[in-house]
Amino acid sequence: MTKDSISARGDLRLTRITKSYGDFKAVDDLTLTIPKGSFFALLGPSGCGKTTTLRMVAGLEEPTVGSIHLGDTDITTTRPYQRPINTVFQNYALFPHLTIFENIAFGLRRRGIKDVKEQVDKVLNLVELPHLAERKPTQLSGGQQQRIALARAIVNRPALLLLDEPLGALDLKLRRQMQIELKWIQREVGLTFVHVTHDQEEAMTMADTIAVMNEGKIEQMGSPADLYDNPETAFVANFLGQSNLIKGKIDGNDGDNLVVDLYGQKISMPKKRSHAVDNSLYAGIRPEKFRISLLGTPVRGNTLNGGRIEDVSYIGVSTQYVVAMPWGQEVMVFEQNDDGVAPFDKGDEVNISWEPNFTFGLRGDEDIDAGTEVNPEELEGE
Amino acid sequence: MTLPKVRVPYLLLFPGFAFLFTFFILPIINLAQTSTQTRVSGGDTGQYEQTLAFSNYVNAFLDNKEQFGRSFVYATLATILALAIAYPLAYAIAFKAGKFKNILLVLVVAPFFTSFLLRTIAWKQILGEEGFVVPGLRSLHIIGQQTTLTSTSVAVVAGMTYNFLPFMTLPLYASLERIDPRTIEAAGDLYANGITAFRRVTMPLSLPGVVAGTLLTFIPAAGDYVNAAILGSPNTKMIGNVIESRYFKIVDYPTAAALSFTLMAAILILVTLYIRKAGTEELV
Repeated sequence: MTKDSISARGDLRLTRITKSYGDFKAVDDLTLTIPKGSFFALLGPSGCGKTTTLRMVAGLEEPTVGSIHLGDTDITTTRPYQRPINTVFQNYALFPHLTIFENIAFGLRRRGIKDVKEQVDKVLNLVELPHLAERKPTQLSGGQQQRIALARAIVNRPALLLLDEPLGALDLKLRRQMQIELKWIQREVGLTFVHVTHDQEEAMTMADTIAVMNEGKIEQMGSPADLYDNPETAFVANFLGQSNLIKGKIDGNDGDNLVVDLYGQKISMPKKRSHAVDNSLYAGIRPEKFRISLLGTPVRGNTLNGGRIEDVSYIGVSTQYVVAMPWGQEVMVFEQNDDGVAPFDKGDEVNISWEPNFTFGLRGDEDIDAGTEVNPEELEGE
Repeated sequence: MTLPKVRVPYLLLFPGFAFLFTFFILPIINLAQTSTQTRVSGGDTGQYEQTLAFSNYVNAFLDNKEQFGRSFVYATLATILALAIAYPLAYAIAFKAGKFKNILLVLVVAPFFTSFLLRTIAWKQILGEEGFVVPGLRSLHIIGQQTTLTSTSVAVVAGMTYNFLPFMTLPLYASLERIDPRTIEAAGDLYANGITAFRRVTMPLSLPGVVAGTLLTFIPAAGDYVNAAILGSPNTKMIGNVIESRYFKIVDYPTAAALSFTLMAAILILVTLYIRKAGTEELV
């Protein structure tokens, strides 16, 4: 069994995994395939079950129900040290009593590899820290420790590399830099990376495929662009970026488009972008897709009249407006500051318009606040 | 009125220094003087004069080699036994006790609520004929039907092990508790099975606790005389008992003082060697 599991390769398949703690289901009937060689992100707020899922894959927790396969090998109950899977822990968990060299060599030595120097040196070069080999972990900065933790895992060339909020302890600038580096390293070594994070920007920067998790289930899975442009649920629409969700009613068909009535104003949207199940739906538009124009100016695409600028925030690359609509809802609009046009002022009467193709449709019975109460910045260091 | 900043540290040091000078440095000097005195010829019992008789040291040591040796053997045995008992205990409290952690820690120090002497005298009962230990061991044929445990070296070592166990357990617990459980998980993640993870990660990370615990056990155990006096016999006399009887019974102050200094020096040398050795290992 040991020999079998340790050399297992291939896609990671989670089949109907449930993990219960008493009455609480941390992970609820989860089925998921992570293709070999991909950079996969599990994204969700704190307590959504993403870390529990990762720990089950690592072997640190056992699923209550369900099975985990790596290629054709069932690893559901295999001990962690018998899995070809390595983890970059959230706080790095470097061995404080060992040098950086011995930290990295740890996994190789446990597998009985005698001549470790060449491999350790190579991976130290990959993370660009060859001069730190003889230091102890406490003598390193947070960013350096992060890279050593990564080096310690990838030196084993595991079938699967798990990253548990690996950048959570770094400051914003370093985090951006490490995101790009991690992506580069993943391409360089060609391993499957499974990355757990609550930071949507981090997930979108690095991952090929993102699974958005909420309450132990996967809400939606797809490429970053898919999830952003065509969210299927309010949770995804709100958790990845910001969305304006406007209550409406499907009023008819127009070829490949739906005609939707938003508080008496007609708009159109592609049929295939609607996830409504009946006549009622929420029309979703991302704030940067909106255009603002003064009342009475001719505009293209869908238009909603009767807006009034409530608030203006100038943030450099863009200006963010809060626009009050006649039915009492406030919508967010981000305008690029690229056209030399003077920004609008508070109190201006405006239209908002957008290209019909950018509209997405959610079921009319959704909770439109789902996913909004979670502010990723507040979860730092959890 | 504000004090010049530089004087504050000295002011803070003063009470401790004054205390130690009066009650430690001066008595030590006094003890050193006493250790080289000789008997006043024709004087009363307990009358000595200052002579610089360093031969006191040689004589005191040669006359009590056996008790010196015994002290260090007993102390070593008690330390090893205490370590063997305390390590799993401290490990369980640190990693497995969950919500019972604090209760267990209180239980570890609970013996201190009663007197050291009383507890040692209680061991006399426990190991006596009327206790359950001796009949139990006899019925299991671990000891012979005639064998007794009171007044043996076994009783002395057992008493010392028991009495110094908290001093071993607490530093061990403190250093085990400080270990991030994720480093142990990381060892498992990096292909180390339970035993290897313990040997390569947990054990080395707990070494500071092992060093502190063994020192806190060994040092007082080597100079102890209560256990040997209460649980032992003349055949299990330790150096502490010799010093005690020299001082209080024979009123041979110079020999008692010379023995005290020799014991101090021996412990100091052993401890220094030990820390050197342990310090070169993977101590954090």
